[in-house]
Amino acid sequence: MNGPLNSAELDALRLSLEVAVRSVVFSLPLAVVIAWVLTRTRFIGRTLFDAFVHLPLVLPPVAVGYALLIVFGTRAPVGAWLRAHFGIELAFTTAGAALATAVMTFPLMVRAIRLSLDNVDPGLEAAARTLGAGPLDRFFSVTLPLMLPGILAGAVTAFAAGLGEFGAVITFAANVPGVTRTLPLALYTAMQSPNGDAMALHLAGLSFLLGFLGLLAAELLVRRVRRLVGR
Amino acid sequence: MLRVSVRKRRGDFTLQAAFAAPTPGITALFGRSGSGKSTLVDIISGLLSPDEGKVRLGDTLLTDTQLRASLPVERRRIGYVFQDARLFPHLRVLGNLRYGAQRAAPDTPVIVFDEVVSLLGLSGLLQRRPQELSGGEKQRVALGRALLSQPQLLLLDEPLGSLDLARRQEVLPYLEALRDRLLIPMVYVSHEFEEVLRLATHLVLLDAGRVVLEGPVSEVSLRPELRSIVGPDLTGSVLEGVVTACNEAAGVADFAVGSGTLRLSLRGAVPGTRLRLQLLARDVILSTREIAGLSVRNAVCGTIAAISPDEEDTVLVSVDIGGAIVLARITRAALAALGLHSGQPIWALVKAVSMRGHAFRAPTRPEPPSRSPS
Repeated sequence: MNGPLNSAELDALRLSLEVAVRSVVFSLPLAVVIAWVLTRTRFIGRTLFDAFVHLPLVLPPVAVGYALLIVFGTRAPVGAWLRAHFGIELAFTTAGAALATAVMTFPLMVRAIRLSLDNVDPGLEAAARTLGAGPLDRFFSVTLPLMLPGILAGAVTAFAAGLGEFGAVITFAANVPGVTRTLPLALYTAMQSPNGDAMALHLAGLSFLLGFLGLLAAELLVRRVRRLVGR
Repeated sequence: MLRVSVRKRRGDFTLQAAFAAPTPGITALFGRSGSGKSTLVDIISGLLSPDEGKVRLGDTLLTDTQLRASLPVERRRIGYVFQDARLFPHLRVLGNLRYGAQRAAPDTPVIVFDEVVSLLGLSGLLQRRPQELSGGEKQRVALGRALLSQPQLLLLDEPLGSLDLARRQEVLPYLEALRDRLLIPMVYVSHEFEEVLRLATHLVLLDAGRVVLEGPVSEVSLRPELRSIVGPDLTGSVLEGVVTACNEAAGVADFAVGSGTLRLSLRGAVPGTRLRLQLLARDVILSTREIAGLSVRNAVCGTIAAISPDEEDTVLVSVDIGGAIVLARITRAALAALGLHSGQPIWALVKAVSMRGHAFRAPTRPEPPSRSPS
């Protein structure tokens, strides 16, 4: 063992970070759009749609992972189509782990963004209209900058939560060392093996540290941005 | 000319209003709160669509429900100054001012950045954030931002409504300067007659969603419909005329109105200044013959044009002083004692200090000839 972590532990850390980053990067734009739709538009079935978006918060993560397998599995309709046309494989891959993480953390992200959007005064958007700004222009020049604190808070919270996603990842992407064995999966594996106590302790400590740093960074970042956009 | 004829229902309130506002000039939409003034400017701006009706500014059709036509708000080129300023909190004052300017039509700007900044006294504020501004400063920035978007019409919805009295007095001169220096037509919503008096050239009086009165401010000031809104204490006539002479040492100026001359307490006026002043009915004394030995500085001879009922025990006497009308409130007892009747010659006495004048350089540019053959 050289350094505080052995190579398996480093792998797990690297994978966890990669999976969390990829899940945030892919789901953030969609989360902004969905938050906007849920806050600013009225359509039939909006309540149903709202419930659907928030479903992963209340479902057992294993059920979410299983649902993903049914849809995106190698022989499942969408999964097979993606593989045939784009060569994208999701089940049992790092990308799949990121997808499972994204689905699980999505409601957290949408919630934070919605909160910030609720605080954006529609009167400011109306003022922008009278000054000649069309819909997209208004969104990017007024709405989005004012939502920035919430978007950042959502992203960092989702990132911190994504580092530790377990149930959905292990169900959909399995527990492949170096591919989908993220921190919590490695921790679980260590606890199952006869001589894994030291490793389990390491990984648990690491998880605590990462989570704590993540939340701290979120708070500081949001404070700073809030000052910047004057709210 | 801004022509508006619209109907809009909101709950059990119905706005049904039609008026034509001359441009350039400031048209005041005046009335109690809840009379539909803000709804009306929202319709003109396009932020609200009427259930039925038409809005037309010069040659441009803004809304016509019959043709199912409506120009989007962002393409109307109508500036809007909201009661709550609505500055963008994530931009500095400079960024706010540039926001509209950057999105203005690419033809040569009529309103130049530096001129707006100096007219509104904004040069010291450019690097500030909106949260660091006072209420009055915010409104000045909002005005500048709207002006720099090169609007063809400026809507002001009670821009002083959220300010205290001192702040109002701070912002009013800027509005006067805008009126006199830029030729942008404005629609000014207010429920303060004082503001209307200082700023407006044309008045549209709204009550319960209807236009009850419309016309030049000095004309409609005599109408009873207006009296019922401004209240008996502010009932009076609005006189427009020119300063003919002034005596700085004595602090008085002579003011030609109708065929007479009034002397008022006023400093800093140059002969030739156009002036509008308000003469409250309760401040005018009537006499059937010329009197000497009084401290009253003004005695103008005229004839009684009409005697109309006022409050329970008083009447309003309209005195024609060569084209201009002065209103006097007297008791019914005095009316009987003096035996006043229409057509009778009469002296109107006014203290120089009871007149409040506002310098007023009403825009004189004629309307450009209409291009469409209508």
